[in-house]
Amino acid sequence: MSTLRKLFGFHGGVKPDPNKDLSTREPIGQLALPDHFVVPLHQSVGGTPRPLVAVGARVLKGQRIGAADGNVSAAVHAPTSGRVVAVEPRVMAHPSGLAGTAVVIEPDGLDTPCERDPFLWRSVEPAEVRDYLRDAGVVGLGGAVFPSHLKLRAARDHPMQTLVINGAECEPFITCDDMLMREHAAGIVRGAAIMGELMQPREILIGIEDNKPQAAAAMRAAVQAAAVRGMEVVVVPTRYPAGGAKQLIRVLTGVEIPHGTRSTDYGLQCFNTGTAYAIWQALEQGMPLISRVVTVAGNVARPRNFEVRIGTPMGTVYAAAEPLADTQRYIMGGPMMGFKLPTLAAPVQKATNCLLAGTASMFPPPAPEMPCIRCGQCAEVCPADLQPFELYWFARAHNYGKAQEYFLFDCIECGCCSYVCPSRIPLVDYYRYAKSEIWARERDKTAADGARLRYEARLARAERDKLEKAAKLAAKTAAGRQKAEQALSGGATPDAAAAEDPKKALIEAAMAKARAQREAVQPKNTDGLTVAQQAEIAKAEQRRELARQMAENKEAPPE
Amino acid sequence: MNNSPFILAPASVTAVMLKVLGALLPGVVVYAWIFGPGVLVQIVLASLTALAAEAAMLAARGRPAGRFLADGSALVTAWLIALTFPPIAPWWITVGGTAFAIVVAKHLYGGLGQNPFNPAMVGFAVMIVAFPALMSQWPAQGLSAAEQIGLIFGAPRPLDAITAATALDALRTGLHESASAASVATVMASHPAFGQFAGRGWEWIALAYLAGGLYLLQQRLITWHIPVALLLGLGLTALPFWLADTAHYASPLFHLTAGASVLGAFFIATDPVSGATTPRGKLIYAAGIGVITWFVRAYGAYPDGIAFATLLMNICVPLIDMKTQPPVFGRKERR
Ligand code: SF4
Ligand code: SF4
Repeated sequence: MSTLRKLFGFHGGVKPDPNKDLSTREPIGQLALPDHFVVPLHQSVGGTPRPLVAVGARVLKGQRIGAADGNVSAAVHAPTSGRVVAVEPRVMAHPSGLAGTAVVIEPDGLDTPCERDPFLWRSVEPAEVRDYLRDAGVVGLGGAVFPSHLKLRAARDHPMQTLVINGAECEPFITCDDMLMREHAAGIVRGAAIMGELMQPREILIGIEDNKPQAAAAMRAAVQAAAVRGMEVVVVPTRYPAGGAKQLIRVLTGVEIPHGTRSTDYGLQCFNTGTAYAIWQALEQGMPLISRVVTVAGNVARPRNFEVRIGTPMGTVYAAAEPLADTQRYIMGGPMMGFKLPTLAAPVQKATNCLLAGTASMFPPPAPEMPCIRCGQCAEVCPADLQPFELYWFARAHNYGKAQEYFLFDCIECGCCSYVCPSRIPLVDYYRYAKSEIWARERDKTAADGARLRYEARLARAERDKLEKAAKLAAKTAAGRQKAEQALSGGATPDAAAAEDPKKALIEAAMAKARAQREAVQPKNTDGLTVAQQAEIAKAEQRRELARQMAENKEAPPE
Repeated sequence: MNNSPFILAPASVTAVMLKVLGALLPGVVVYAWIFGPGVLVQIVLASLTALAAEAAMLAARGRPAGRFLADGSALVTAWLIALTFPPIAPWWITVGGTAFAIVVAKHLYGGLGQNPFNPAMVGFAVMIVAFPALMSQWPAQGLSAAEQIGLIFGAPRPLDAITAATALDALRTGLHESASAASVATVMASHPAFGQFAGRGWEWIALAYLAGGLYLLQQRLITWHIPVALLLGLGLTALPFWLADTAHYASPLFHLTAGASVLGAFFIATDPVSGATTPRGKLIYAAGIGVITWFVRAYGAYPDGIAFATLLMNICVPLIDMKTQPPVFGRKERR
């Protein structure tokens, strides 16, 4: 292992107080089974899994209860054995408090695992391994919850150079990766090695910020023990957001992956340490992703990491860390990028890396917003090399075209700009709002296109109806005469039904056509979008409501 | 109701402005020590005027007066005015210049953050155009505190014995009036306003400003681009002329230490609101100020060129910023 590796810097970044010591004093804890689990079906970027179980069904620990919806999706599983008591919308951990369909499971206390045959991943095609991981529900655990199987394929014409395992964990308070690396280094390393076999990179670099010496030491020992060729632990300087995938790739390789492109096109790929561990568990332990490590920190008596099963109500997890009486707000994620929880009834999901409890003094509301003085400090710290204040001017003026010209969508919403702004402008809120507005407009435009198509179709239908009516009218006299004759001969019934049928068929055909048109329009909407863009739409959607509230609540900006 | 980030670095506009004032302090002290207490009186006058004008305008525009008064930006404008105006300027010049700066150059353009022109330099330009003589008289050596204060508050100012032109002014008038007979060397030797390199005492004031400027750099309130480019633009323009004709053109060192060069480089051109903001833009903007300053000094009718150069370059800022947008992450080759 060379310690002389050349590291690259990235522009900007900030150094907030890491606040990581308190939650790393105790080992990762286990929680007792809660009275019920609320397992959300939609937990990753992409399609919402179809429920595979109905109310009353008995499920076993690790049993698949939601099947991936298409390839851009990932399955979900029962966190324990028990009975399905509901499949219904439940409030989710989501800034807007939107509900999402969840499978509610009452544990039987036995925790009986689901039997499964060992999966001999080495002897099957990589594509089969990827399908297996999709069905094991493995998604990125760094917070982006992107289905991992989609990232595990090298670009056809770009051999993999570097596989980056992200153990930087740069955001304050969060220590789940740190603790996982300390306690499960071997599993992570094996998971990384599996990814290496699937992608065949020249090297596998495990990046860890230098404020986690114990994790780095544990990982080094594990790498040495496993003796994987080309795998190396690289300690990187602590600076938020060094743990951003693009930032870490840049630090380790010097390559900047532009927004909207795939890193595999540059021969690079990046996975979180937790994801590596989950891959190992899935492929070699036969355990799908049903739990993750969650940091509970902030205003709690016992800040700590817990291994939490997906679907555990957040209140239960908080309770284990004993929030102090003066706790006023609950945040999922870190203080830089997290969001306030609308309710503690929401369940832990795969994206939940940290649960923070806070007081007003710990996370104080910002001082009143002042006008931008163009001091440029936001630009100094922007890791995306943007000019945040320009974006702010454009976003505020609803000049979204300009905002996009200035690369609004390259903003990773890291919060560095808001963090330093002396005018205390909630810059990121403006960007979230602007992004969601732009997506909404795109959608409206597509919807308008759809409406135009439907309108044209209606005109055509009206035309056809007119023709049909004329034809019917012409046929009526003849038909009436025939009918009367048949009635006289006593054979009316079947023919009357036959006369009804064409009408029904006509209506059905029209409906089918309308449906087909709708469907023809909808895919067009998303056809041209990359998966990452879809993810962004989803994210923007999520924040839209919140941004709205923000815009409404805020007094008119000063000056 | 606020969203992430939930933690913020301790920062405020007030803190920024107070640091700028703190950085100006060494310059103020040395200035007062060399030229007498007139400058301190000017600072008080300008500050009071600025605060009053700011309060009145905030009230007129229906803005929260407390929050905006406390931001300290009016005080920075006031101090820059006090430091660029003559220390013995009559009180109404300072009051008028400051009021104009705050009311017209700042608030009529929309207040904090909106003014396209540096307010202090607008105040300076207006006053020097209107009252060129009064704006060019610096206290002569040995003028007592009482005499200075007397001059500020209306004592008659008849004689060259109590007032003096600055070195820049003296050099230009000396060179202009005595035509080919005079050279930089003879003018400098014959006039009391000249010191080691430039104006007497100005070297020390420039050094003190430099110290404050380095503090701003260290505090990351400014970046190196503007000061370096401005001083280089000024010095490199002066250099060929001086080399070609040492007799009639002052040295780069003279220009760098004279007048408001260093003050301008670290405190005036760096005004973020009216200046360029991108790294390359800052270089272009500040170099432009340096070059224009030299031309105004060498050929213009006014003693110093920083104010006009700054205002001229202020006009170009939107264009400069637009044309110098730095490449975005991952898009470095493509732009
Ligand atoms: S940090 Fe704030 S005040 Fe400074 S330029 Fe950026 S947005 Fe404007
Ligand atoms: S939130 Fe966006 S604009 Fe602000 S610093 Fe981060 S990437 Fe740059």
